[in-house]
Amino acid sequence: MIKRNPLVLGNKTLKDVSDDICAPLERFPSKGWVGLFLSAKTLLLFYIVILGCVVGVGIGLLGVTHPVFWGTMIVTFVFWIGIGHAGTLISAVLFLFRQKWRTSVARTAEAMTVFAVMTAGLFPLLHTGRPWLDYWLFPYPNQRGPLWVNFRSPLLWDVFAVSTYATVSMVFWYIGLVPDFATIKDRAKNKLRRSLYGALSLGWRGTAKNWSHYEMVYLILAGISTPLVLSVHTIVSFDFAVSNLPGWHTTIFPPYFVAGAIFSGFAMVVTLMTLVRIGFKEFQNYVTLDHMEVMNKIIMMTGMMVGYAYASEFFIAWYSGNPYERFVFINRAFGPYWWSYWIMVSCNVLIPQVFWFKKMRRSIPVMFVVSIFVNIGMWFERFVITVTSLHRDFLPANWGMYQWSWFDTGVLVGSFGMFLTLFLLYLRLFPAISIAEVKPVLHVGYDDKGGHH
Amino acid sequence: MASQQYTKGIAGIWDDESKVVKAASKTRESGFTKFEAISPYPIHGMEEACGIKRSWIPWVTFVAGCVGLTCGLLLTWWTSAVDWAVNIGGKPFFSLPAFIPIMFELTILFAALSSVGALFYAVKIPRIDPPSIDPDLSSHKFAIFIPFGDTGYDESKIEKMFKELGALEVKKTEY
Repeated sequence: MIKRNPLVLGNKTLKDVSDDICAPLERFPSKGWVGLFLSAKTLLLFYIVILGCVVGVGIGLLGVTHPVFWGTMIVTFVFWIGIGHAGTLISAVLFLFRQKWRTSVARTAEAMTVFAVMTAGLFPLLHTGRPWLDYWLFPYPNQRGPLWVNFRSPLLWDVFAVSTYATVSMVFWYIGLVPDFATIKDRAKNKLRRSLYGALSLGWRGTAKNWSHYEMVYLILAGISTPLVLSVHTIVSFDFAVSNLPGWHTTIFPPYFVAGAIFSGFAMVVTLMTLVRIGFKEFQNYVTLDHMEVMNKIIMMTGMMVGYAYASEFFIAWYSGNPYERFVFINRAFGPYWWSYWIMVSCNVLIPQVFWFKKMRRSIPVMFVVSIFVNIGMWFERFVITVTSLHRDFLPANWGMYQWSWFDTGVLVGSFGMFLTLFLLYLRLFPAISIAEVKPVLHVGYDDKGGHH
Repeated sequence: MASQQYTKGIAGIWDDESKVVKAASKTRESGFTKFEAISPYPIHGMEEACGIKRSWIPWVTFVAGCVGLTCGLLLTWWTSAVDWAVNIGGKPFFSLPAFIPIMFELTILFAALSSVGALFYAVKIPRIDPPSIDPDLSSHKFAIFIPFGDTGYDESKIEKMFKELGALEVKKTEY
C-alpha cells in the first residue's frame, strides 16, 4: 500500500501549531520583510501617481488609439482576475474533493485571490475614462428616464460576476479567519492587540454547536464558490467571445480562460509560497515540498490544457474555412506581434514541461523561476488575445499598432506594488496558515487512520 | 449582541481530543442537555457525542438562492421589457438567455450572504468580549461546560465525574 506522507512535518503538538503560525504576527518584523514592504510601498505610491495622471489627464496617456481601443487596462485586468482564481480553486474545489493538503496553502491562496481581485477591479473602473461616473454601471433608479443598464451586454455581466466574486471570496476568506482571530486574541499579551483581534474574531467561541454550524456554512460557501469561480472567468471570456471579431469570436473561450486562470493562479501561489517559506522558516513544516510538488503538477497539467487550447484555436481557424479567422491566427504567430505570441507559447507550454521530472518539481529555485515565466506568459496570453486580434481586423484600412507608452508600463508595473503591499501587510497581520484547519490534519501520515475517514 | 446573557456553571478542562469526546458522550448520558463542548477546532465525532442535530443553515441557503434567482429574473425582465424597453440589436425585450448570467450571480450572492448571516444568528456573533473559561481553549485545550440549572446540576457530582474522566482542571466559571 502506498503510504501517505505527513501533511505537517516535525511531529507538532497542537500548541506548536498555534505558536508557529502566530509567530510572524507576534515578533518584530525581519529586515527582509521591511525591505520588501518599503519597496512594494514605494511602487504603490508610484502607481497612485500614475493612476492620478491617467485619471486627471485622461486615458489618452495610455497607448489606446485606433484601432486598438482595449489595451493595458483590459490585459492587466484579465491577468489579475485570472490570478484570483487559484485561491478559490484551492479553498473551495479542493475542499469539496476532500484534498487535505489544501489546508496549509488555502488561507494564503485566498488572500492572494482577494488582493488580486482588488487590483483587477480597479482597471475596468478606470478604463472607462471617467471613473467618477462608474456608479452608472449598476442598475439603480435614476433621473434619466430611468434609463436602465443593458442586461444583454457581457460587460454588464462582468460587473455582476466580478463584484459577486469579490464579495463572496472576501466573505469566505473572513469566515475562515474568524476562529484564528479568536486564537490570536486569547494569546495576546497587550490590551490593544486583544481588543483589535477580539473585534475581528467577532466574539467567536468554539463550542461544538458553533463548530457544527460553522462547518456547514464553510461547506456551503465552498459548494457555491465552485460554480461561481468557474462562472467568473467564463463571463470574462464572454467580454471577448460574444463580439464578432475574428480571434475573439470562438466557443472555446470559456474553458480556455478558466484553465488559463487556474494555471496563472497556481503559478502565483508558487511564486509567493516559495518566498513565504524563505521568509518564515517555521512555515516550512506546514507548506512542505510535497505541497509545492502537487501545485507544480497542477501547473503542468493546466499548462498543457492551455497549450491544447492554442492548438485547437489554430486548427479551428483553418478548419472553419473563414479567411478572416485564418488570417488572424497566422498574423498572431508570424505578424508584427510574433514575439508576443512566441513568448506566450514558450512560457506557458514549453517551460512548464520541466515538471515531468520529479527533481525539478521538488526544487525550490526551479519552481520559482518557472512560476515567474508562467506569470509572464499568462500576461502575454491576454496581450495576444486582446491586442493582436484588434490591430488587424477585416479592413486593411483599419490596421495599426498599439501605441505602447510608458504610462502603460507604469500601470502594469505599479499594479504589482498594490498587490504586494497588501500581501505583505497580510503576512504580518493575519495568520497566513489556517490554525483551526491544520490541527485536525496533524495526524495524517503519522498513524493508520491518516486520510481514511 | 448586546442582549447576551451568560450563565454561571462548572467547566472541566482536558488536553486530549479523544478524552474530551468521551467525556462529552458521558456527560450526555448522565442526562445533561444544556452543556457545551469547547474546542479549538472542529472535532470528528463530537456532534454525535453531544447529540447535536444537523445544522438548519442549508435551508436558509436554499431559500435565499431561490429569492436571488427570482430577484435576478424580475430585475432584468422589469427593467428591460417593462419599465423602459429599448430595442437593442433587434433582440427581444425579454431576452432570457442573456439574463441568465445576472440571475446566476444574484443567486450565488444572495445564497452566500444569507448563509453567513444565518451563521451569525446561529452562533450569536458578533458579541463583545464574551467571558472565556481558559485562553488555551482556542489553542490546545478542550472543555466541557455545564451551566447552572441544567437537569440534575450538582457541583460536587459533576466535579467528581469530570475528574474521573481525566479532566486536568475543574473550575466554577461563567460562560
